[in-house]
Amino acid sequence: MSLLDIQNLSLSIHGIPVLKDVSMRVAPGRILGVIGESGSGKSMSAFSVMQLLPNGTSCSGKISLAGQDVLALSEPDLCRIRGRDVGMVFQEPMTALNPLQTIGAQVAETILVHENVSKSEAMVRAAEALRRAELPQDKFPLSRYPHELSGGQRQRVVIAMAIALRPKLLIADEPTTALDVTTQAQILELLKKLVSEDNMGLMLISHDLAVVADLADDLVIMKNGEVVEAGPADMVFRTMQHPYSKALLAASSHVPDREGLVQEKPLLKVQNVVRDYVTHTHGWWGKTVHFRAVNTVSFEIKKGESLGLVGESGCGKSTLTRAILGLEEVQSGEILFDGQPVFTHNHANLAVRRRMQVVFQDPYGSFNPRWKVERLITEPFHLLDNPPKGAERDRAIAEALESVGLTAEDRHKYIHEFSGGQRQRIAIARALIIKPDLIILDEAVSALDVSVRAQVLDLLADLSDRLDLTYLFISHDLSVVRSITDRVLVMKSGEIVEEGPTGAVFDAPKHDYTKQLVAAAPVLPADISAA
Amino acid sequence: MPNRKSMLHYFLKRLLSLSLSLVAASIVIFLALEVVPGDPAAYMLGLNAQEDTLQALREELGLTGSIFQRYLSWAGGLLVGDFGVSYTYRTPVSEMIGDRLWVSLPLALYALTLSTLIAFPAGIWAASRRGSAADASVMGVTQLGVAIPNFWFAMLMVLVFAINLRWFSAGGFPGWDAGFFAGMKALTLPAIALALPQASILTRVMRSSLLDTLGEDFIRTARAKGLTKGQALWRHAVRNALIPVLTILGLQFSFLLAGAIIIENVFFLPGLGRLVFQSISARDLIVVESVVMLLVFAVIVVNFAVDMAYAWVDPRLRRRR
Repeated sequence: MSLLDIQNLSLSIHGIPVLKDVSMRVAPGRILGVIGESGSGKSMSAFSVMQLLPNGTSCSGKISLAGQDVLALSEPDLCRIRGRDVGMVFQEPMTALNPLQTIGAQVAETILVHENVSKSEAMVRAAEALRRAELPQDKFPLSRYPHELSGGQRQRVVIAMAIALRPKLLIADEPTTALDVTTQAQILELLKKLVSEDNMGLMLISHDLAVVADLADDLVIMKNGEVVEAGPADMVFRTMQHPYSKALLAASSHVPDREGLVQEKPLLKVQNVVRDYVTHTHGWWGKTVHFRAVNTVSFEIKKGESLGLVGESGCGKSTLTRAILGLEEVQSGEILFDGQPVFTHNHANLAVRRRMQVVFQDPYGSFNPRWKVERLITEPFHLLDNPPKGAERDRAIAEALESVGLTAEDRHKYIHEFSGGQRQRIAIARALIIKPDLIILDEAVSALDVSVRAQVLDLLADLSDRLDLTYLFISHDLSVVRSITDRVLVMKSGEIVEEGPTGAVFDAPKHDYTKQLVAAAPVLPADISAA
Repeated sequence: MPNRKSMLHYFLKRLLSLSLSLVAASIVIFLALEVVPGDPAAYMLGLNAQEDTLQALREELGLTGSIFQRYLSWAGGLLVGDFGVSYTYRTPVSEMIGDRLWVSLPLALYALTLSTLIAFPAGIWAASRRGSAADASVMGVTQLGVAIPNFWFAMLMVLVFAINLRWFSAGGFPGWDAGFFAGMKALTLPAIALALPQASILTRVMRSSLLDTLGEDFIRTARAKGLTKGQALWRHAVRNALIPVLTILGLQFSFLLAGAIIIENVFFLPGLGRLVFQSISARDLIVVESVVMLLVFAVIVVNFAVDMAYAWVDPRLRRRR
C-alpha cells in the first residue's frame, strides 16, 4: 500500500484553478521526484498534503496519507499530523528558521508540540535529531542561533526539525536550490540516507532534472497545474512522450550555437590583484583584522572571448567583479581595460567604465518599479559625455530593445508587466544600449526556469557574434558555464586555483577543488542527455 | 562566542556613544542659546540700562569670561547637579526643574503604560484576524485616534468626566503630598488624552509589523511542525515583530516628556512643558537651557534603553562587530 496517495486533486485559489486532476503516489522507502517550472503547481501539490494553503483555497479529489483522508480532517487533527507523520523541508534555509531562537529550542519544539515530554528530554532528542542531520553537538551545540550557521548548516537544522519524530513522509520543496553545488550534493546524500534508515517516503520537488535524476525512484513531471508524465524514473527518462517533457529535457542540456571569434588582443588584464576588507577591530582602539577576499588574482580576457568564473558563495567572485567595474579600489595589483586602469583618482575611470556593463542575477530586484522601461534602459547614458538626444536617443532605445527580442513599443511599459525571462532581456538591453565591449554576467541566468534560460543563453550567444561582445560569465552552475564559455577560471577562497579551456577543465580537472565541484554537480545520465 | 561577554561589549559600546552624544548636545545647546541670541543681561535690564549695571549683572549671572570658560563652568555644574540660578526667579534652576519633573515624568510614564496596554493587545488582535470586521474596526478607530487633536479630546473629557459626571477635577495638581492616589487621579485625564493618539499609532505599527512577520518563512516552518496558528503567532511572530514597535515606543516616551505643553496647559499642570513655555516668554535663558539639556538627556537615555532592548530581543545584535 502506498504511503501517500493523491488522486485527482484539483485546487483553486479564489476561483482561479491552480491544480487540475493531479495524481501521484509515494511508497515507504521510495523517493518521488516532482519536476516542473515555476507556476507548474509542484509546490502547491506539496502544501496541499500538509493542508498549509493560502486563504481562499478550495480542494477537491482525494489525498490519503497512511490511510487517513487528509481533506476530511479537522484543523486540530491536521496539526497532529503535521510534524509527526509528515515533515517538510523548504527552499530558503536562510529564512526558514526563527532568528531569535536557538537551534536546539526550534528542533525540540517539534517534539514538545506532539509529545508530552519534559523540556530536558526534548532537548536530548533534539540533539539526537541534529546528530542524524550531521550537526554533531561538539561542533554545533544546541545553544547556537541560526545566524551563526551557514546556509547548508541551517538546511540541516530544518531537516532535523522535520525528521525529529521520524515521520512516515518527508516533503522537500527545492531543498538545495539556494545552496552551492558541493553543499547541494551533501544535503541530497543526507536525504537519501535518512530515507533508507527510516524507511521513510520522500517527495522531492525540484526544477532541476539533473538533481532529481540522480536520486528519484519515481518521477512526475508537471506543467500548468497538470501532471504530463509519470512513472518509474528510468522509464520516464527513456520513454518520454509528452512534448513538454522532451522540451524540458532538451532545454536542460541546451548548448547555444556560438562562433566565438576570439582575437589575440587582450581586452581586460587583471594582474596580481589583492582586495582586503576590514572585518572588525580588536577592542576599541586596537588592531584591525583584515579579510583577504581576493588574493593575488591574475587573468586576461581576450577580445571576443567568453570567460567563465566559477566558485562557491563567498569565494570572492562578487568582490572581483566590483573591482573590475572600478567600484572599489584594490589594495595592490592593477586592472587594465584596453591598456587603461579602471580605477583612477578615487573613482571609476569613466573613459573605460562606459565600455563595461553588468547584468545581475535577480530579474525582480534590479529594476526600479516606478520607472518605465525607456528610463530604465537609458540609465547607462549617464556614463557618456554627450548622451544621444531626440531621434537619435529613440533609435538607440528601439535598437537595444529589438536586439534582445522585444519591440520598440515596450519602452512605454513598466517592469511589472514583464515575466522573469523578459526582465532579464531588458537587463541585457540596458547593458547593450551604450554599445559596451565587455559585459559581466553575474549569475545572469541562475534565477530563470530551464526553458527560459535556454532562450536567454541563445540570445547571449547570438549577441556576442553579432556585436563582437566579450563576456565574463560568473556562475555557480557548471553546466551553464560549460555551454557558453570558451575558457574558465575556478576560484576558491579568493584565489584562482585552476584555469583553462572550459571543456578540458571540466572533463579532466587537475586541482582537487575543481574535481570536487565537477563531482558534486548533478548531471543527467549520459545515455539520457544524448538521446 | 560567550554570550555574556558580547552583551557586555555591546553595552559598553552603546554607553560610550551615549556619553559622546550628550557632550555634543550640550555644546550645541550652549552655543545656540548663549551665543546666538546675544546678551541675556541686556534683555533683562532693557534698553536704557547703564553699562556698569549690566556688567554687574553679567558677573552675577556668570556671563563673563571666554566662551570656553563659560561652557566648562556650565557643563561642570550640570555634572554635579548645579544648573545655575534662574534669571527671573532668582531660585536654583535644579529646584524648579525637580518640582516640575515630579509631574512630567509620572505623567509620561502613565501615558506610555496606557498606550502600551492598549496597543499591544489591539495590534495583535487585529493582525491575527486580518481582513475581518475586528481588524477593520481596530483600523477605523486608530485612524480616528491619530486624526483627533489631543487637546480637543482633552477638552471633551473635561466636559464629560469633570463638569458633567464630576468624577475628576477639571485641572490642577494637588501635589504628591496629597497622597499617591490623589496625584494619580489628577493625572488620569491628561494621561488618557496623551495616550490615545500614541496608542493609535503604536497599534498600527504593531499590527503591520506582526503581519509582516506572519508572512515570513519561519512561520510556515512552525506551522509545518504542527503548531496551531495561535501557537505560531505567540511563540514565533510576536517577539520578532517587536523591533519596530520598540523604536516607536522610544520616540513616544521622549515626545511625551517634552511634548505635553498643550495638555499641561489644558489641565493646568505644573509640568516641564509649561516651565519651558514660561521661561521662553520671560527670556529666562538659563532655565530654557537646562530644561532642554534635561530633555536631550532623557531622549538619549531612552534611546540607550531601546538599544539594550533590541539586543535583548535579537541575538544577532549581541554579536561583536
